[in-house]
Amino acid sequence: MKMLINVPETVVADALRGLAAAHPDLTVDVENRVIVRRDAPVAGKVGLVSGGGSGHEPLHGGFVGPGMLSAACPGEVFTSPVPDQMLRAAAAVDSGAGVLFIVKNYTGDVLNFDMAAELAEDEGIQIAKVLVNDDVAVTDSLYTAGRRGTGATLFVEKIAGAAADEGMPLERVEAIARQVNENSRSFGVALSACSTPAKGSPTFDLPPGELELGIGIHGEPGRERRAMMTSGEIAEVAVEAVVEDLRPRNPVLVLVNGMGATPLLELYGFNAEVHRVLAARGVPVARVLVGNYVTSLDMAGASVTLCQVDEELLRLWDAPVKTPGLRWGV
Amino acid sequence: MLDADFFRRWMTVTAASVNREAERLTALDSPIGDADHGSNLQRGFTAVTATLEKEAPGTPGGILTLAGRQLISTVGGASGPLYGTLLRRTGKALGDAAEVSAEQLAEALRAGVEAVMTLGGAAPGDKTMIDALVPAVDALGDSFAAARTAAEEGAVATTPLQARKGRASYLGERSIGHQDPGATSAALLVAGLAEAAGE
Repeated sequence: MKMLINVPETVVADALRGLAAAHPDLTVDVENRVIVRRDAPVAGKVGLVSGGGSGHEPLHGGFVGPGMLSAACPGEVFTSPVPDQMLRAAAAVDSGAGVLFIVKNYTGDVLNFDMAAELAEDEGIQIAKVLVNDDVAVTDSLYTAGRRGTGATLFVEKIAGAAADEGMPLERVEAIARQVNENSRSFGVALSACSTPAKGSPTFDLPPGELELGIGIHGEPGRERRAMMTSGEIAEVAVEAVVEDLRPRNPVLVLVNGMGATPLLELYGFNAEVHRVLAARGVPVARVLVGNYVTSLDMAGASVTLCQVDEELLRLWDAPVKTPGLRWGV
Repeated sequence: MLDADFFRRWMTVTAASVNREAERLTALDSPIGDADHGSNLQRGFTAVTATLEKEAPGTPGGILTLAGRQLISTVGGASGPLYGTLLRRTGKALGDAAEVSAEQLAEALRAGVEAVMTLGGAAPGDKTMIDALVPAVDALGDSFAAARTAAEEGAVATTPLQARKGRASYLGERSIGHQDPGATSAALLVAGLAEAAGE
């Protein structure tokens, strides 16, 4: 597999140097791997810190800036960051109003953020945590690690970010973040496996005539493999799975998300099919986002995330945001 | 009795075997995980040996505690906190003694494994590192070599299991038929113990 890299060991640091060069609004600590909005800590404002493995760009570093995250810590490719990074990020953004950790439900992310929360509290930083677990493809039971956190992370980070920017206190920002997660569900499909820089070849073998249903964002295989389907058929499977689980009564935000290697031409076509199925199910659509936002390196495929919103969540979604990966109203 | 030198040797030989086996660990992690277990542990144990070369504490407990903290600070993922907690809690259980007996090590390691089970919420049979560590600790009363054999057998025995913890659990039944990479690396750690003891 050909990749536009120097050596696998420096891909994350190289990307951070490039991010810094492209976005002078951000403070990028390449050595310690922390990305902070330039004006942090903002007096009286709750700090929002997220992070996770690299390879999901623009998540999370691309979502740092006014209206969204205060800081992000990227780990190695598909590997959660370490507690030292999270502690550093929390210290950089805490203005005394506390810090919310936004954590995707993967064992590594959960354990490292838990350790970081303990360390931060030892240093007198008030920490709250919200766990994102929106993936309906995973059976959620006491005997498994639970549902993965995927596309809903963007909704949580954007909406909680707007709440924090309005000056809401930590408990309120945390409650809104939870509300967004509880009202969000996702389902993903892969048309090809991705290749990690360390391995240099696809992480699993997917023959040309087949697709994986119910994938996550780490290049792991999904729950089921089927013969290749049309965009319309895939939309039916994905939207049905999400709507069955969410059973929305209010309008929804729609994220039609590319996994990294699917062109926008295909994503927009897929979005048309998603809307057809939503209309058939009588689900009203409030806002739509189409693009590569929560990616899995060079994986081809897409995921659908719906978030049921009330008036307040919709107002916070519409609020201005200025980050490398998401920007409107400014 | 086992002194600080023994524990430093344990970490050094484990780092060497993790280096040697990194590709195999990553290959095991490909079909059911995300293909980085080998490179992640390699990064961590390289940091451990580098730190121990600079400032090796004079006690067994001190060495394991420092090694554990290094793993937490460098590995990331689930392996960092889990392996880090295993070594830190084992080291703390050993206390300040300049030398410890094999029985004391077995007891401390059991405390370490229990801390890992609490942190990760995994039990034997969940297809994790626990499936190698628990039988190893049980066999440690006999000899280091017996612990190595028990850990290796425990790792192999994860193959037919369905994963209930960690990233492989997301695959459900499709995780069956693959040896768990975490149990495999845990067996390397136990084998390092036997090698350090010359068994």
